[in-house]
Amino acid sequence: MKKMNIMVVGVGGQGTLLTSRIIGKTALNAGFDVKLSEVHGMAQRGGSVVTFVRFGQMVNEPVVEEGEADILVSFERLEALRYAHYLKKDGIIIVNDTRIDPMTVVIGASQYPENIIETLKEKHTVYAIDGGAIAKELGNSKVLNSVVLGLAAKYIGFSKEEWLAVIEKTVPQKTIDINEKAFLSGYEHK
Amino acid sequence: MSEKIIMLGNEAIARGVYEAGVKVSSAYPGTPSTEISESLAKYEEVYTEWAPNEKVAAEVAFGASFSGVRSLACMKHVGLNVASDPLYTFSYTGVNGGAVFVVADDPGLASSQNEQDTRMIARAAHIPVLEPADSQEAKDFVKFAYEISEKYDTPVILRTTTKLSHSQGVVTLEDRVEVEDKTYERNVRKYVMMPASAIGRHLVVEERDNKITEDGANFSVNKVEIKDKKIGFITSGIPYQYVKEVCPDASVLKLGLVNPLPKKLIEDFIAQVEEVYVFEELEPVIQEQIQSWGYNVKGKELFTRQGEYSANMLKRVLFGKDSAVFTKNDAPNRPPILCPGCPHRSVFSVLNKLKIHAAGDIGCYTLGAVAPLGVIDSTLCMGASISSLHGIEKARGKEFIKNWVAVIGDSTFLHTGINSLVNMVYNKATGTVMILDNRTTGMTGHQQHAATGKTLKGEDTYAINLADLCKAIGVKNVLEINAFDVVSLEKAIKESVNGNQLTVIIAKAPCALIKGQKFPFKCIANPEKCKKCGMCLKIGCPAITKQDDGTIKIDETMCNGCGLCQSYCKFNAIEKVEK
Repeated sequence: MKKMNIMVVGVGGQGTLLTSRIIGKTALNAGFDVKLSEVHGMAQRGGSVVTFVRFGQMVNEPVVEEGEADILVSFERLEALRYAHYLKKDGIIIVNDTRIDPMTVVIGASQYPENIIETLKEKHTVYAIDGGAIAKELGNSKVLNSVVLGLAAKYIGFSKEEWLAVIEKTVPQKTIDINEKAFLSGYEHK
Repeated sequence: MSEKIIMLGNEAIARGVYEAGVKVSSAYPGTPSTEISESLAKYEEVYTEWAPNEKVAAEVAFGASFSGVRSLACMKHVGLNVASDPLYTFSYTGVNGGAVFVVADDPGLASSQNEQDTRMIARAAHIPVLEPADSQEAKDFVKFAYEISEKYDTPVILRTTTKLSHSQGVVTLEDRVEVEDKTYERNVRKYVMMPASAIGRHLVVEERDNKITEDGANFSVNKVEIKDKKIGFITSGIPYQYVKEVCPDASVLKLGLVNPLPKKLIEDFIAQVEEVYVFEELEPVIQEQIQSWGYNVKGKELFTRQGEYSANMLKRVLFGKDSAVFTKNDAPNRPPILCPGCPHRSVFSVLNKLKIHAAGDIGCYTLGAVAPLGVIDSTLCMGASISSLHGIEKARGKEFIKNWVAVIGDSTFLHTGINSLVNMVYNKATGTVMILDNRTTGMTGHQQHAATGKTLKGEDTYAINLADLCKAIGVKNVLEINAFDVVSLEKAIKESVNGNQLTVIIAKAPCALIKGQKFPFKCIANPEKCKKCGMCLKIGCPAITKQDDGTIKIDETMCNGCGLCQSYCKFNAIEKVEK
């Protein structure tokens, strides 16, 4: 198998880091060399956050660069738009269909773009999911990451069981059950 | 033991420190170095602490080494400036037990005030520097650093960068080796740096530099890969990874030892390869030294001194194009902001209302400089807010600072702000200093400090009372006010900036991200009462957005229930309800 380059993007505090760590561990368990790159510190404070996961026989640099991403997983629409140019020609986008206004929009210095999903579909293959609504139905709106990860997992590879084994060991004990349910509802999303 | 796991570069450094048998570690938090101490604190065998600043941490490491055990100090690049005073002379005394400084540079400025290059300081201080390129090397190089520290009688710097510290890679774990304590013997010539001793030690430092320059050619941390002899790269650290991505068939000299440079090894490499590029982030430290030996190598004339490197940047320089397929979409910026429920927002909303300028400092509250709050006028380095305000008063007079304050966080105040306040007391200042006391070191991810009552290991300890401390050094007017009490804050700030005596206002409220600190409320907007005046939007809370009809909406999951927006709504259109 050749290298797989994944980006997980979102707004600081949405859990992009945990999601990329789950992807990394699943790939490691499957016997791949893995590198991840994260964002800490000031950049994390409600700003645009991007993390990278790369795996393959051997991985050198820990980041995914413009033109190299196989899969872009975004927890927010505008962030998908911001990083779409990182995709390869046939790269795909998994996007959580929600809107979080940046401060520049709140104070009227800029406008939140309309029809982001449609714009992205003009150039890329896009799978959108309302992770927040599904998570809320399950009883905890915070597990939206697992819903979105579930959908992404179908395109990343590995078996359902391999993913669940890592989720079980990564999320807090009390939330294992709901995170697994959330993952499966994403995985089985049509 | 040979378990393989994925580790953050910083976790791998901590693991290396543990495996090397280190017994004492002292540090001050700073992105991207913080997780080293946090990870290390989990190993029972290593005493690990937060010091109030990096100078203190370096001296603790000196003391531990001098007494005969392996020790560590870690910090971010600008922290090394604070620790430079002990560092330069620690170079002269050398070590007893091995001593390592881990210093994390931040090319690309993910979370820093400058892009300085630690290798420049290391050269000036004559300290060997090792630079790993992934998590596995981070662990291995730390252990090697302790070996050479003891072999060559010198503190050693392990230089990391943001990309290494905050990326994860696969690491094979090994067991800890317990290192026997070295005997302590009084040795005035080696450890008491008065002129007569220091003259002798300066000679030792020069001999040591020469010896490591020679021996370095055989250090296991350097790697020579001779392939295509037409093109070769001399590189180190993370930039090595970009070279391997872009030119897998080129010859590469990967330096693990970047100061002093292993001259013989470099000369041998240059002799074998036609065209040699030096690929190093930030300053041309390696390039200029090689050129000074009379060799023709290329570097900074092609590769920038600015920011982080990338494989695409290298592709553009070498081949004229990178991998990008699509052009970048237009997307409004999403800069970092103060969190919902942040007590700093409350203080800044009052300063903004009163049109007061603030000399700022290093911490989350630096974000008070940007719209819509826009109250910070300067940010220089840790502790500089207080001394800058003093400088303004001495330059322009008392009247000039009637609409000025200094703002500084609790952890930063204890770091180096306290010295500046002593200066204000001593030299008859009349300014207003606001300590934004959120009970933690916020920006770096909530580390304990000397006023929180907990140690890095989580043990209870004495919590320094900031108000008592200020009074003890002679500040007559010290006020403690709840940071969310905007009425009292406004009154206190007005009185103090217009008064004629030095005042410290401690605005207290815990950081909204500290576990268990959530408010028991949430705020709800009533669209029928909302007059669309926009006052609540002026506080810049990310949970509040304007809807298409002009009324406001408060995001339920984001709102922290601090109620600051309610304080600014004149029409009672925001209600605070129990969660």
